[in-house]
Amino acid sequence: MPVFVPASLEEAFAVLEGAPGAQLLAGGTDFMVEVNAGQRRPATVVALGAVPELKGWRLDGDEVVLGAGLTYTEMISPELAELVPGLAQAARTVGSPQIRNAGTLGGNIATASPAGDTLPMLMALGATMTLGRSDGGRRAVGLDELVVGPKRTTLQPGEVLLEVRVRAGAGRQEFLKVGTRNAMVIAVASAAVVVDFERRSVRVALGSVGPVVIRAEEVEREAAKLIDWDARRLVGPLEGSGDFGELVRTAARPIDDHRSTAAYRRHAAGVCVTRAFRRAFSSEESTAP
Amino acid sequence: MTNTTSVPELLSYTLNVNGRDHQVSDAELGENLLFVLRERLGLRGSKNACEQGECGSCSVLVDGRLECSCTMLAAAATGRQIVTVEGLTPSGDGLSEVQEAFVAEGAVQCGFCTPGLIVSVSDLLDRLPLATELEIREAISGNLCRCTGYGRIIAAVQAAQHARSAREALR
Amino acid sequence: MTTVLTTGPGLRGGLGESVRRPDGGPKARGEFAFSSDLEAEDMLWAHLLRSPHPSAAISSLDLSPAFAVPGVAAVLAAGDVPGRQSFGLDYPDQPVFAGKVVRHVGEPIAAVAADHPITARRAAEAIAVTYEVTEPLTDPEAAMEAPPIHERGNVLFHQDIVHGDPGATGEVSVEGSYATAMQDQAFLGPESALAVPAGDGGVDLYLATQWLHVDRDQIAACLGLPLDLVRLHLSGVGGAFGAREDMSMQVQLCLLAMRTGRPVKIVFSREESFLGHVHRHPARMWYRHSADADGNLVKVEAKLILDGGAYLSSSPAVLQNAACFAAGPYRVPNAVVDATAVRTNNPPCGAMRGFGAVQVCFAYETQMDKLAAALRMDPVELRLRNALRTGDTMITGQVLSGAAPVAEVIRAVAAAPLPAEPGPSDAPEIALPGGAGRTAERDRVRRGIGFAVGFKNLMYSAGFDDFTTARCRLEEGRVTITSAAVEVGQGLVTLMQQIARHIFGVADVSLGEATTAGIGSAGSTSASRQTWMTGGAVEAACRAVAERLVSSVAQRLERPLASLRLDGGRVCSDDGAVDLSLVGAASGQVFEETAVYRHPPTEELDEKGQGNAHVSFAFGAHRAVVDVDLDLGLVRVVDVTTAQDVGRALNPLQLIGQIEGGTAQGVGLAVMEEIVLDRGTVRNPSFTDYIIPTALDSPPVTIAGLIEEPEPGAPHGAKGAGEPPAISSTAAVAAAIRDATGLELARVPIRPQDIALALAAFEEDRQ
Ligand SMILES: Cc1cc2nc3c(=O)[nH]c(=O)nc-3n(C[C@H](O)[C@H](O)[C@H](O)COP(=O)(O)OP(=O)(O)OC[C@H]3O[C@@H](n4cnc5c(N)ncnc54)[C@H](O)[C@@H]3O)c2cc1C
Ligand code: FES
Ligand code: FES
Repeated sequence: MPVFVPASLEEAFAVLEGAPGAQLLAGGTDFMVEVNAGQRRPATVVALGAVPELKGWRLDGDEVVLGAGLTYTEMISPELAELVPGLAQAARTVGSPQIRNAGTLGGNIATASPAGDTLPMLMALGATMTLGRSDGGRRAVGLDELVVGPKRTTLQPGEVLLEVRVRAGAGRQEFLKVGTRNAMVIAVASAAVVVDFERRSVRVALGSVGPVVIRAEEVEREAAKLIDWDARRLVGPLEGSGDFGELVRTAARPIDDHRSTAAYRRHAAGVCVTRAFRRAFSSEESTAP
Repeated sequence: MTNTTSVPELLSYTLNVNGRDHQVSDAELGENLLFVLRERLGLRGSKNACEQGECGSCSVLVDGRLECSCTMLAAAATGRQIVTVEGLTPSGDGLSEVQEAFVAEGAVQCGFCTPGLIVSVSDLLDRLPLATELEIREAISGNLCRCTGYGRIIAAVQAAQHARSAREALR
Repeated sequence: MTTVLTTGPGLRGGLGESVRRPDGGPKARGEFAFSSDLEAEDMLWAHLLRSPHPSAAISSLDLSPAFAVPGVAAVLAAGDVPGRQSFGLDYPDQPVFAGKVVRHVGEPIAAVAADHPITARRAAEAIAVTYEVTEPLTDPEAAMEAPPIHERGNVLFHQDIVHGDPGATGEVSVEGSYATAMQDQAFLGPESALAVPAGDGGVDLYLATQWLHVDRDQIAACLGLPLDLVRLHLSGVGGAFGAREDMSMQVQLCLLAMRTGRPVKIVFSREESFLGHVHRHPARMWYRHSADADGNLVKVEAKLILDGGAYLSSSPAVLQNAACFAAGPYRVPNAVVDATAVRTNNPPCGAMRGFGAVQVCFAYETQMDKLAAALRMDPVELRLRNALRTGDTMITGQVLSGAAPVAEVIRAVAAAPLPAEPGPSDAPEIALPGGAGRTAERDRVRRGIGFAVGFKNLMYSAGFDDFTTARCRLEEGRVTITSAAVEVGQGLVTLMQQIARHIFGVADVSLGEATTAGIGSAGSTSASRQTWMTGGAVEAACRAVAERLVSSVAQRLERPLASLRLDGGRVCSDDGAVDLSLVGAASGQVFEETAVYRHPPTEELDEKGQGNAHVSFAFGAHRAVVDVDLDLGLVRVVDVTTAQDVGRALNPLQLIGQIEGGTAQGVGLAVMEEIVLDRGTVRNPSFTDYIIPTALDSPPVTIAGLIEEPEPGAPHGAKGAGEPPAISSTAAVAAAIRDATGLELARVPIRPQDIALALAAFEEDRQ
């Protein structure tokens, strides 16, 4: 039962070739909690922390390419926050400084928790994930193709999530997360909203209110009707006290559990989406943390 | 696979802790770094209060970054520079500036959270020497303390900030 | 007493100063050994197999799969307990190992010792248990009538209080039903210990506990050993707050050590810690307050039901406290209290900081606010009008003879300026409700202010023979204080040194080991009692040594005793002819005195709940300022201001630490802390889901007053301060949230849905 610490992607794939059942380890903030509790007993581990190809981020045309090994702390860095402010907002809500230093984007996606905080924003940004295999095969998938249930993905044994692509500076981005503590808390409900003025599109995604992140297309359609794209402002009820509550409540599919109730989750998601829209159109600049 | 470090079946590997290489032998695969530091290397300053990454009692610096040692697989930490509270503590029985402030300001009660906080606060003051109260609170939000309500801890961090700037002014 | 004792001028570190703790340096350096840091040569690791079911019959138990795991040295279960099969603080009704039935989730069934903690856990998991699961009894009200789940029945304790005229009526009355959830002490240092078998057939146990001698007595009974063969030694304690009063694994660990002949260590995981110790009793409370038109309380009626969970623990004492303090720190001429603690298949409940006083404070203070509203009176004014004073009679018939600065703590808090913290319109984003989640919309955030007063007894009550032992040794000018009193973080070690310094006038005071071997009991570190009790014993032991020292000088120098005194670390005579250092005065002799201290006796309550059951009381008040997001129901506690009745501040810095820490635990209960139970199963046994306040949730605590009215009879006039700061902060925060929202909020913790959904429904009704 060995532990491999490959120093390059090629080496990582070489190891996986020989041990396709090996488990991938990134920051360990999900993986090790399970190991510590005796819920995960890996036979072989491939630790990705020293693989340079998975680290950091780069610009590729008008796309930002985020390495699977990008940490939350790096997502919050001013340079990246400028390009993908919504992801920086989401990253800021994650765990504690310790967790943000260790935890990675790839780990958050692969864990596929309904409460994974980057997932709603990735959905709203229309992100594409690139997965790779040791035979050199690559596939690019959207979040909804990758994450198919709570803690369930279509990642194949031996397959590695390599990178995530999003459009740089894609309009106004807002992420709001509801939890019962002011820091270090798992989302009870969250919402991500991206209003892309260039492409004149609106995308809304909800976290923690269903088995997977839910894209609220009905809300998107209704919201689009309320936008004066030329003036870049909202028309109609949202300007005042109107809200998307009912539409969001219908889209959400939450459950009752020890963290909250389904009724509250629906309600809170509605409040968050409405507030996100107001913010996206407020005269203040969107706040990157 | 030239550079791939492989830790085989028996799990013997080297960890660099506080500037020294330590040999770990016959370890179980699932052992986290906190366990190995405490039970195999005898470095018991890092505390275990949850093994879930939630409490920060096990905080260490890994390649200069603050992390929870309980959520690191020990065998995968080979090649990293690990600094524990012992590495931030002067030899003899003296105290670092941060440690001194914690004791003087009443930030230590049961003391179980203290070593982890010493590591977090030392890291904070290196990165953000002039952190405001809110920044301090956010920076230590991953270090739970059940005894103090954090009031004296905040006071200690601020006292350490003063001591530090006084020292720097002297230079 | 002939000897005059004073503190020398300029002596540092005496009483009244913010002296540094002696263990502060080692703790900050990471060198202080907590019970989880112990190790021994050839040591094994233990793990307990626990019941996953709240109620089941065990139809078969096969330990052999655990024995088959390589590295396993011993596996023990119910048949392996040589002595008494059960333990308990009040009555031994809790089995060491469940035999035929399990009564709560987490109840130990078997114990394994192995060469590695992972092996021990896996071996425990391999044990084959067949359960016949039965319907758990989890509703405390139903429990009273339900078939008994234990041979001692489902009613753990009942206390009536009938005071004055039960038929009295007032012109105004308010009524309400309240509830508090199960809170966990959530100390950081998990349960852990090292048991070492001894050559004499006994065992040495190094552990974190709150009361060494009572653990020892229970362990010895279960092991079937004489007391002197079971030696307990205090190891570093990572917080306690009541959760270490009951035993959690002591007997099982000693059994494993004795069976294997090797040292055995155990450290609970956080999940085991949540399942393995008692919690704060959840309470259901009905109240009716009646007052005359001027706001004078006429009568308080209360019905209290506390859920004690599966075993007795300290439920009777918790319940008696809840009953005694049910009317609050007010003059209440007529009262009827009907209080019952029941047994259910929920996790056992027992001691937690505040011990029955926290639950009722939430209810009676909510009632006081309701009453003020009904009377159209200022709530602070209503409280002042009814505040207890020295000489008043309480609902137990006891006349308050000690200091009772209730009005003073109320006034101090009411007069304190509101915090300078920025309001919702200009606070930084992270300082709004919801914090890092960025959820707040500023104009939907309301600020609220709430006020609460509380009180509780100090030390043990109701006829309990409460005593403590301490020893002072003077040798070559060095003072050593030894006591079995437990330091849990509160700073007793500092205080013991301060007292000795105060008496001997020397800076250097050493502390001996806290152990059952060689010194008598110091009682528990609970009930806010050690400053008074162990403080009193240390004081007495030191004085006895000082007197012997001075009289030995008198004898040796043939001078009248009355002409000599110990002053500033020297024995001197009035005429200046004698001036000896402690070393010189002792002249090679060693002085050692052991003192036993008792507080004045108390009485049991009679069947009407009347009697002088308590020695002393401490009072405190809190004012909370909160910001509430009206749409999401998220709360940020902005500031808490408090005044406490402390008698005398012997170490102001440590006192502030107790006040801030206790306040924060109360804030936690108000807005986030709850053991979530689902038909007897704990749904959140982790720090991920049992959330306690972080530094971004704990408010700054402003101390508006430390009221120093010396308590007659207390050593140095000081009252205990461990619990009083934890009583009324929950009620104050709840009141502040009510102020911000206008909602009833009759249960704590107040969850976001309690606010948001209620306000949303209210809005809908209005439209
Ligand atoms: C105290 C604490 C607080 C937390 N708070 C939050 C929070 O607020 N919000 C939140 O969303 N999450 C939170 N988490 C969960 C966790 O931190 C995140 O999900 C994190 O992003 C996981 O990343 P990691 O690098 O640590 O992954 P790991 O734990 O190393 O791995 C997680 C999973 O991803 C797989 N994996 C990792 N990298 C790859 C890859 N490149 N290709 C394929 N599979 C891969 C692993 O095999 C494993 O199954 C918290 C965790 C802790 C301990
Ligand atoms: S022990 Fe590592 S965070 Fe709690
Ligand atoms: S001092 Fe006890 S947990 Fe912080």
